[in-house]
Amino acid sequence: MKYSLLGLIKGAGNHHKDWPAAWRQPEPKPAYDVVIIGGGGHGLATAYFLAKEHGVTNVAVVEKGWIGGGNTGRNTTIVRSNYLWDESAHLYEKSLKLWEGLSQELNFNTMFSQRGVMNLAHNLHDLRELNRRVSAIRLNGIDSEFLTTEQVKAFCPIINTAPTIRYPVLGASLQRRGGTARHDAVAWGFARAADRLGVDILQNCEVTGIRREGIRVTGVETTRGFIGARKIGSVAAGHSSVIAAMAGLRLPIESHPLQALVSEPVKPVLDTVVMSGAVHVYVSQSDKGELVIGAGIDAYNSYAQRGTLQVIEEQMAALIELFPMFSRMRLMRQWAGIVDVCPDASPIMARTPVEGFYINCGWGTGGFKATPGSGWVFAHTIAQDRPHELNAAFTLERFSSGALIDEHGAAAVAH
Amino acid sequence: MLLIACPFCGPRDETEFRCGGESHIARPGPAETVSDERWGDYLFNRANPKGVHLERWLHGHGCGQWFNVARDTVSHRVLAVYRMGDPPPKDLTP
Ligand SMILES: Cc1cc2nc3c(=O)[nH]c(=O)nc-3n(C[C@H](O)[C@H](O)[C@H](O)COP(=O)(O)OP(=O)(O)OC[C@H]3O[C@@H](n4cnc5c(N)ncnc54)[C@H](O)[C@@H]3O)c2cc1C
Ligand SMILES: [Zn+2]
Repeated sequence: MKYSLLGLIKGAGNHHKDWPAAWRQPEPKPAYDVVIIGGGGHGLATAYFLAKEHGVTNVAVVEKGWIGGGNTGRNTTIVRSNYLWDESAHLYEKSLKLWEGLSQELNFNTMFSQRGVMNLAHNLHDLRELNRRVSAIRLNGIDSEFLTTEQVKAFCPIINTAPTIRYPVLGASLQRRGGTARHDAVAWGFARAADRLGVDILQNCEVTGIRREGIRVTGVETTRGFIGARKIGSVAAGHSSVIAAMAGLRLPIESHPLQALVSEPVKPVLDTVVMSGAVHVYVSQSDKGELVIGAGIDAYNSYAQRGTLQVIEEQMAALIELFPMFSRMRLMRQWAGIVDVCPDASPIMARTPVEGFYINCGWGTGGFKATPGSGWVFAHTIAQDRPHELNAAFTLERFSSGALIDEHGAAAVAH
Repeated sequence: MLLIACPFCGPRDETEFRCGGESHIARPGPAETVSDERWGDYLFNRANPKGVHLERWLHGHGCGQWFNVARDTVSHRVLAVYRMGDPPPKDLTP
């Protein structure tokens, strides 16, 4: 059914008791044209665009837990496209453009809020880098502006801009079209829209092996039995190396915990997203009133979805220096997701040496913003068996050719 | 937080150490015989196992020495600590 205001009013009439399930719970078919491994936002978006843009509807999304239970449902939801290099700028900008129409496209409120994303500079080097980046981004036709300390204070009055603090705020870049979105809604919206186009979403179905005949894939072994597939797309975020190993591939990926936490809910105090790479913290306020706070990864490899306290201590110290008024807030929840970190801090969305096996990974700490764009180009790559021009540079081969897309410092805090 | 037994200083808090990533990666050579693919594999590809990981740690705020740790990446349990140059414990080798 199509969601609408009228439907909402009708639903209210009987206490919202009769809403149908948003997607089916089908039994796995013996085989599909395409099996997507991983029911996070990227996997679901890939399935949706396969069906919608390429007419490939005999598709299953295979998820070991519940959809959106991975990094999709654990991230701090910052969306922006202020990347330095052309390849990244075009990719993330395509994604941002898709975000701008996504609620209408999916008929599902993704609560996308373009409240602006501000990246702070705290030293001379930061300032120079920031100015360079603002210029590069504008040359790519993407909105970006430089703010002086006074303009930062005017845009976000609760920031401590005193020149006497250890790392004073010397300026910032601002992308006004950046912002946040509702993470679960993105997974649910894509799932519902894909399901309506015939995609099977198979939850509680873990892929345990990939079957090959010679150099070609023939399907996946799962906890719900073998499922045949002409093509397989792996979109497994922190588990990408594990899936790739099933296909006999090694990846330039390491899995690390990335933590986040939320405060108790308070009245509106912060109406934008503030990020600082130098003191390393970023923060926004959710619609429920909680501060949503994140920073960097834990240093060692892990698949445990939990992190270490000292990492949180560091980011809270940074937060309180920037926002002294938050010093007595209580924190309610803390958690971690397992992120797939790539050496050049850019993703891989590509064919592999195994025929019919495609990978989409390496998004690390910053892939939520790319969810629609990633699905868009990956669906193209799978359906056409060649990359879209927007992901042509994001290959596996770049790690032997040397054509890396180094977005490390370039993207300020890489989230 | 981990408790890591430095082979030189004994058990210390994780914050004294730095993790240096996968261990036992041998540099291929001589350089002129190494293909781009082999070199890329050496530089960038990693085992990244879900389970036992053989990794290097540096006791930066202690004795300043590097050493090896075998650690489970799901439970975070430290299974063995051994010196640089020593082979990994047999029962923990994949
Ligand atoms: C704390 C935190 C904060 C973040 N903040 C931001 C941010 O502010 N902005 C931003 O842009 N990005 C952010 N990110 C990164 C972002 O969340 C990820 O890059 C992105 O969600 C990856 O999307 P995904 O849909 O591919 O991953 P996921 O949602 O993790 O989906 C992968 C799915 O694969 C499934 N899977 C794994 N193995 C198997 C198997 N064997 N069989 C079947 N299914 C399997 C998993 O269960 C999971 O559901 C953050 C991440 C974290 C953890
Ligand atoms: Zn020591």
